[in-house]
Amino acid sequence: MTNKMNSPFWFITPYVMLFLTFIIIPVLIAILLSFTYFNSIETPEFVGLRNYIELLTRDEVFMQYVLPNTIKFAFIVGPVGYFLSFILAWMLAQIPHRARTIFAIILYSPSMTAGIAMAVVWTVIFSGNSTGYINALLMNWGFIQEPIQFLQSPEYLMNIMIIVSLWGSMGVGFLAMLAGILNIDQSLYEAAYVDGMKNRWQEIFYITIPSMKPQMLFGAVMSVVGTFTVGAIGVQLSGANPTPQYAGQLMVNHIEDFGFIRYLMGYASAVSVVLLIMIYSISKVTFNILGEKE
Amino acid sequence: MSKFSGTKINPKKFHKSQIKFFAVLIPMSMFVGLPIVFIISHAFKPTNELYAWPPRFFVKRPTFDNFKNLVDLAAESGIPFSRYLFNSILVTVVGVFLSILITSLAAYGLSKLKFKGKKLLFEINTLALMFVPIAVTIPRYLTMTNIGLIDSYFALILPLIAIPVGLFLVKQFIDQTPNEVIESAKIDGASEMQIFLKIIMPIIAPAVATVGILSFQLIWNDVIGSSLYVDSESLKTLPFYFSTLASLVGNPVAGQGMLAAASFIMFVPNIVLFIFLQNKVMNTMAHSGIK
Repeated sequence: MTNKMNSPFWFITPYVMLFLTFIIIPVLIAILLSFTYFNSIETPEFVGLRNYIELLTRDEVFMQYVLPNTIKFAFIVGPVGYFLSFILAWMLAQIPHRARTIFAIILYSPSMTAGIAMAVVWTVIFSGNSTGYINALLMNWGFIQEPIQFLQSPEYLMNIMIIVSLWGSMGVGFLAMLAGILNIDQSLYEAAYVDGMKNRWQEIFYITIPSMKPQMLFGAVMSVVGTFTVGAIGVQLSGANPTPQYAGQLMVNHIEDFGFIRYLMGYASAVSVVLLIMIYSISKVTFNILGEKE
Repeated sequence: MSKFSGTKINPKKFHKSQIKFFAVLIPMSMFVGLPIVFIISHAFKPTNELYAWPPRFFVKRPTFDNFKNLVDLAAESGIPFSRYLFNSILVTVVGVFLSILITSLAAYGLSKLKFKGKKLLFEINTLALMFVPIAVTIPRYLTMTNIGLIDSYFALILPLIAIPVGLFLVKQFIDQTPNEVIESAKIDGASEMQIFLKIIMPIIAPAVATVGILSFQLIWNDVIGSSLYVDSESLKTLPFYFSTLASLVGNPVAGQGMLAAASFIMFVPNIVLFIFLQNKVMNTMAHSGIK
């Protein structure tokens, strides 16, 4: 049967069909729906730009909490997580193989604990009563008398979300960068040393990063995407959507809130489109910044 | 800095110049690893240790009580635990297999075959690396309702198996295989499909393993499918059951032990798989660059 299969059709079709059905078409539908009023029961009604105008001018929750939260979260978790991944990968590349493998597995493991496992550990660690680990420690050492409601109080929630996300930020991008560094030709370093390279910083900027630029870019995209995908943890940690006083509300939660709790799907789609545009523009900007170092 | 001798990548042996790296890596790994150790330890704690004050980190007298409670609670709520487990395993095994198959096929097509729109397809796929599935949950639901996938195993599998990152990685990997191998097989009369199955698949095993891990993580951990795209309780998967635990128990604190046991069940297959395949993953990642 397989001896006549030469057409690219056999190879491409299955993937393309699924890719279209579950990625491209949904994105297009989201764009279309974002121009409608749609409560998931009646037929969508075309409303032009009303959803976008409302989102940008009248949605106080979005402007006051969701957007600033998302920006703060993304601009800390993204770059810090990326930098951390690079530095750790760089160090790992310079220790012997066995130790490196063990460390790499440990550092990568949190990114496998998506969703439930992640929420469980951290809700127990930051639990608001005296059996929470942080509270127990602080009370034991006499820093506080009463347990702090970490996950329910607006002052703490965002910071905890950032810590938890950074904890899980050594993902696929991290592995790619590690592989990238390991594959750099050792003779480049030796040549540079002969040419008078003086310190590690020069090496990092003139040899390491340029030699692994493709992996750096891949890592950057992965870290942007990762940052926006883990956005739901605020809801998981606090156990409520909306999060207490919207302190941990990110765009992903806002979409869920309007789409599946209030059934305003047209409006939720507009938020989705804005989110996709944001991710795309941030990736582009990152590309340009990294691209200049050639 | 006359002693400076340049970065030594992938050293064979330990040298005291590496101490500074260990000094950073050891505390970092402890910070990152402790929560994981905690899940494992917590999952085996008996009730009195779960609520002990001050809380203990490590389990003293390990039991399987939490796992037993998890199974009993499922039975009480109407669906046997084994059913969730069966669904999860079925969906994951089929999903990973299909994902590997369609991804490698497409990657070979994109890498070695000629057809119209090939470049465009690869570019769109690279763009889709930035795609965040969570943003299109609603349109996905609408699409699936329209083609009648809702409330079937397909609803749990199909949306997750076309993974742009996977295709990207495998394609880059196949690009490294020399064309001569393929050409000589063609002279011997082999079709493209035979070349793919007999020559390419064995060569790209590391990349295939990587796609396997990525799709395994996506499917095994997925909650959205069970909670939105499937109505019948009997089709839902383990992560869905676990995600309802908090509300089933009523009190998140009382369910702690069970939740930890649940996390343990979710986490262990991931890490075991990764440990076995990490060599292959690293091999694939070496070709992961965006050019």
